[in-house]
Amino acid sequence: MNRRERFTFLWRKVKDKAMALLTFLCVLLAVVPLFLIFFYTLGQGMEALNVDFLVQMPKPVGEAGGGMANALAGTLILISLGSLIGIPVGIFAGIYLAEYGDNPFGTAVRFLSDVLSGIPSIVVGVVAYILVVIPMKTFSALAGGVALGILMIPTITRTTEEMIRLVPQSYREAGLALGLPQWKTTMRVVLPAALKGITTGVLLGIARAAGETAPLLFTALGNRFWSTAIKEPIASLTVFIYDYAKSPFEDWIQQAWAAALILILLIFLLNLIFRFATRGRYGEQQV
Amino acid sequence: MESNKSDVPMPLQKPRVSSQESLPRVDGMQESSAKMVAKNINAYFGKTRALRDVSLAIPRNRVTAIIGPSGCGKSTFLRCLNRMHEVARGTMTGEITLDGQTVMAYDPVLLRRRVGMVFQKPNPFPTMSVFDNAAAGLKLNGVGNKSFIAEKVEKSLRAAALWDEVKDSLGKSGVSLSGGQQQRLCIARAIAVDPEVLLMDEPASALDPISTAKIEELIYQLKANYTIVIVTHNMQQAARVSDSTAFFYMGEMVEFDETKTMFTTPGKKQTEDYITGRFG
Repeated sequence: MNRRERFTFLWRKVKDKAMALLTFLCVLLAVVPLFLIFFYTLGQGMEALNVDFLVQMPKPVGEAGGGMANALAGTLILISLGSLIGIPVGIFAGIYLAEYGDNPFGTAVRFLSDVLSGIPSIVVGVVAYILVVIPMKTFSALAGGVALGILMIPTITRTTEEMIRLVPQSYREAGLALGLPQWKTTMRVVLPAALKGITTGVLLGIARAAGETAPLLFTALGNRFWSTAIKEPIASLTVFIYDYAKSPFEDWIQQAWAAALILILLIFLLNLIFRFATRGRYGEQQV
Repeated sequence: MESNKSDVPMPLQKPRVSSQESLPRVDGMQESSAKMVAKNINAYFGKTRALRDVSLAIPRNRVTAIIGPSGCGKSTFLRCLNRMHEVARGTMTGEITLDGQTVMAYDPVLLRRRVGMVFQKPNPFPTMSVFDNAAAGLKLNGVGNKSFIAEKVEKSLRAAALWDEVKDSLGKSGVSLSGGQQQRLCIARAIAVDPEVLLMDEPASALDPISTAKIEELIYQLKANYTIVIVTHNMQQAARVSDSTAFFYMGEMVEFDETKTMFTTPGKKQTEDYITGRFG
């Protein structure tokens, strides 16, 4: 190697390392805010967090202590209602787009689905207000669930579509060549192979819905009392945080932090449960 | 690809029967001895024509090999036989019959239960165990009788010469097997539903020589019960496993004859050039 060659070689190595470093710095940039939020919430929330907070009802203004049991239950009910609407519709729409959607209608649905995922959530709240609250003449958990369900649909639809498209064509052909009808091939061969990816989409949808406040303000409304009836207004963690964080009382603000922490932990827990429930039987990556 | 004819493991003398009479062609052949007959098949992908006027009679309980260079339409022809061509959005004109009845009259689902298929790349279902893969055609088609399924699975795995290797690990993932075992699992899966015809699209091209030999041995065994059509790139393989061979070139069926005849005294110059490795 003469000097010139050696220099070129060295320069290439420097460039290589520089690019690797750059990608690593970007990862840091992306992850640091996440950790900051988590640890700050943890720090602030832990002070007000105790067993009472999880199992007691909110106390009247001026009384110390109390909890948010109703909001925790409410959020779980709202997520469940939303999932009941959002998961099946989203998954089936995704299947349609991936397996039958190579036509102008499919293209239109795909486009609208992307638009829907960009629509401000408060607008979805208005839609649920018109669809459910006005006919029922009352704010209700059901209306909140509908709003959250609509919010989940585009995320789940598009992820499901992408994941199903990733399943190699050869599995579909193997199914069809065995004399399986198309829907059976889709449900029993293609869908299981895409399950892990679809789970991720479902979790993203749930996490988004669980964190929404705006669409709940005039659908589920919020409730200071214990209620699990889906035809009644219902409390939720996000609305609880919203109300408490803007209050002038020191201990309420503290409790809002604690509720935020609970919300984060709840989504974390849901993630773990879903991952565990849909893990492959054979532990290998399936798509 | 062999460089000259002497590589072909076939006696050089002409077969005793005059080839004119024994030709498994549409013209000279009795309809009853043909399992499937293709008449004037033209296949298209959009506007591209992949097959031109192909006519071929596939003899019952024999192995028919289809050879030819890449892009000659041999796989397309195979996929016309069980209507998988339309799954890839292809179109077709002409007529194909199975036991005298046109395949277009069948529901594709029912047709494919009678005309099974093995693909080039082993494709066991990734979320299923070895057992479930072999049982897939039965289970997913609604057979609920467990002992019947278990019996069928064992029989198919034995027929695919895989039973001894997997009988202690039937619960393992289908994709945890080696490539050759996976392909034999796919063959077992295909024959578990009792098809009458088995289409094989280069079933050994992704496999090592030992696995290839096992698959070839298997094809030889299977022809007693099935009519087999095999597409292959490998001419020695065609010579080893098949009874009759069709040579495809540029979407046309150039020649179809007894394998012996094809590899010793082919009737067409093109066939001879291809077989002797002058092109392709």
